[in-house]
Amino acid sequence: MAALTREETANLIAEVLEVYPEKAKKDRAKHLMINDKELESSKKCITSNRKSLPGVMTMRGCAYAGSKGVVWGPIKDIISISHGPIGCGQYARAGRRNYYVGTTGVDAFCEMNFTSDFQEKDIVFGGDKKLAKLIDEIEMLFPLNKGISVQSECPIGLIGDDIEAVSKKAAAQINKPVVPVRCEGFRGVSQSLGHHIANDSVRDWIISNRDGQAFETTPYDVAILGDYNIGGDAWASRILLEEMGLRVVAQWSGDGTLAEMENTPKVKLNLLHCYRSMNYISRHMEEKYGIPWLEYNFFGPTKIKESLRKIASFFDDNIKAGAERVIEKYTPMMDAVIAKYRPRLEGKKVMLYVGGLRPRHVVGAYEDLGMEVVGTGYEFAHNDDYDRTIKDMGDATLIYDDVTGYEFEEFVKAMKPDLIGSGIKEKYVFHKMGIPFRQLHSWDYSGPYHGCDGFAIFAKDMDLTLNNPCWNLMKAPWQKDASEAEKKAA
Amino acid sequence: MAKLRQCAIYGKGGIGKSTTTQNLVAALAESGKKVMIVGCDPKADSTRLILHSKAQTTVMHLAAEAGSVEDLELEDVMSVGFGGIKCVESGGPEPGVGCAGRGVITAINFLEEEGAYDEELDFVFYDVLGDVVCGGFAMPIRENKAQEIYIVCSGEMMAMYAANNIAKGIVKYANSGSVRLAGLICNSRNTDREDELIMALASRLGTTMIHFVPRHNVVQHAEIRRMTCVEYDPTHKQSDEYRALANKINNNTNFVIPTPIEMEELEELLMEFGIMDVEDESIIGKTAAELAAEAAAA
Repeated sequence: MAALTREETANLIAEVLEVYPEKAKKDRAKHLMINDKELESSKKCITSNRKSLPGVMTMRGCAYAGSKGVVWGPIKDIISISHGPIGCGQYARAGRRNYYVGTTGVDAFCEMNFTSDFQEKDIVFGGDKKLAKLIDEIEMLFPLNKGISVQSECPIGLIGDDIEAVSKKAAAQINKPVVPVRCEGFRGVSQSLGHHIANDSVRDWIISNRDGQAFETTPYDVAILGDYNIGGDAWASRILLEEMGLRVVAQWSGDGTLAEMENTPKVKLNLLHCYRSMNYISRHMEEKYGIPWLEYNFFGPTKIKESLRKIASFFDDNIKAGAERVIEKYTPMMDAVIAKYRPRLEGKKVMLYVGGLRPRHVVGAYEDLGMEVVGTGYEFAHNDDYDRTIKDMGDATLIYDDVTGYEFEEFVKAMKPDLIGSGIKEKYVFHKMGIPFRQLHSWDYSGPYHGCDGFAIFAKDMDLTLNNPCWNLMKAPWQKDASEAEKKAA
Repeated sequence: MAKLRQCAIYGKGGIGKSTTTQNLVAALAESGKKVMIVGCDPKADSTRLILHSKAQTTVMHLAAEAGSVEDLELEDVMSVGFGGIKCVESGGPEPGVGCAGRGVITAINFLEEEGAYDEELDFVFYDVLGDVVCGGFAMPIRENKAQEIYIVCSGEMMAMYAANNIAKGIVKYANSGSVRLAGLICNSRNTDREDELIMALASRLGTTMIHFVPRHNVVQHAEIRRMTCVEYDPTHKQSDEYRALANKINNNTNFVIPTPIEMEELEELLMEFGIMDVEDESIIGKTAAELAAEAAAA
């Protein structure tokens, strides 16, 4: 049962769009749809990956965020330089909670900020010499780094700094990969192009580095792609894969290493969690090395079971039996979680607005807890993401692309969800409206939420948030008295 | 004291902007005017003939050495040369790196903040690199900077094309500010009927050819000696040409928002003045489409 009927949802959209000027209304209408599970393709009913309109308060990031923040940043033994002025690197530092094992500053570097700290003179005279010096200094101070990536901020593209030449020369000198990445923030309409650029640079500078080199393989080698180990997500996923008998050769890129990435072309199957940010490299490995890739979903027991069996179907009976064994082992634990939390969460309505995969991937986990996702949307999805979303969402639910601050607030006011899952920029707006809210980018400093271990934490966090007594205390006692007095008077 | 007049000199690369500017400024100084030249070109060759030395130290190079432009003082960057002319070069990167446009912006902002445009000055001349290729090189014509633009050109097609393009740039800023086109300076290349051609172009652009500077080798001789013609050979008739130009600019009040023309109009102008023999008019290059049309017709 959706929160609203198809007609009510259509009316809501029309009503919310009403305040826009004609041109904006026409544009935004294309980014809002009412779900219809029967649809094969989203093309006819939603437009995505388009430039945001000025003035709408979009939540989107930039290409640099997609490359440095998402794809490259979590690789723990590579040092990613934020090439340009200080802000981009400093304000994106360690914000995504990509956990890793290692000693920061010795053999792992994710939480540090390496930047060329551009000044006026670097803009005018170019930053190439400074970049070369920076790489020298990195090599001297952090000799255990396995490679360097140069993440371009906006000015690099504007002044035409030749980072390729510097990188090539430096790579020869330090005998390690030095990867120039042209992810200037002004490119593209969102962080999505940054993912693509980052994938392409991995393709061009990393993926074939160990081609032809000996590597002891097993028939059960897989790689985890598109898991950034936020709050330990990849670890909670890896346990399940290993317990069913697979060997996880690489994690891309949460808690991942350069060596793991270079060895990935030798695996039998690529397991893709975030389709949006790593479908490019998956397709490349399929084309070049013939490695199939499979999208999976480790949020909530239903999807975990489904995914484990789907993954096992690529392997022999050993692994198939392994998958059943894993499912059997964790079912009692999952059932216990559901038994405990479902009664406290049953029937609650959720609205989501997140990034790459979560607007559709977490739907199953909420359903396992008896909750319903009544509206969802992506910051930077393409239509292939919406094609996938149609199937995961209930009929007549509301789907919004690159939702504006105003639209999101109005939808929430009308649909009255019991819980909202979105990001830090949205959080306090809805807190002030008195609506329970969880950050679904950073897991609100909790996690992991992937896998069976993660589901237990997910369920607990949702309960803690939703059933927190604070929501009944939104009004001060004297305000309450006043409104009650008014009611009595009326 | 008269109000400070800020003038910018634009024109196609290699047309003789720097040489013309320095000779003109030397003539102005000779007549008692207080003048400053601001070179807006990373090559930093706008003040060589005044200072008798190649490439004074530029604002941007000093800023890079000191750490930032905020660490500089005005006297660090300003030199005084022939006739008390104050000279500043914005400077910038080597060819092919960095952002020369940003260098011009930084340098001009610095000069303003440091009060380089003091009350003693009568004229400031900005000598700007080639075309208005980006926002940086348009800096001198933005609000509260140069109000008068002089375009140096010759009767050559490309010089006129560049002049027309610069006029387009001026229109953009003229509509939002006080910048105006003040005239064309024809730096002769001895092409056919050059003076008439440039006068015709000037009138199409809504302005005048303020002076026709004939070509003379003495300018070259003076330049080799790191001097303006006005200083090297004050009695030479070429020096009088620069004095005439200076005088005309000093008395100029004809400041207009230009009316740039279309490419076809420019070509017609050249046809009209540039080609003597009427018979020749059929011998022109044709586009692939035109050739195809002709072939189809035949």
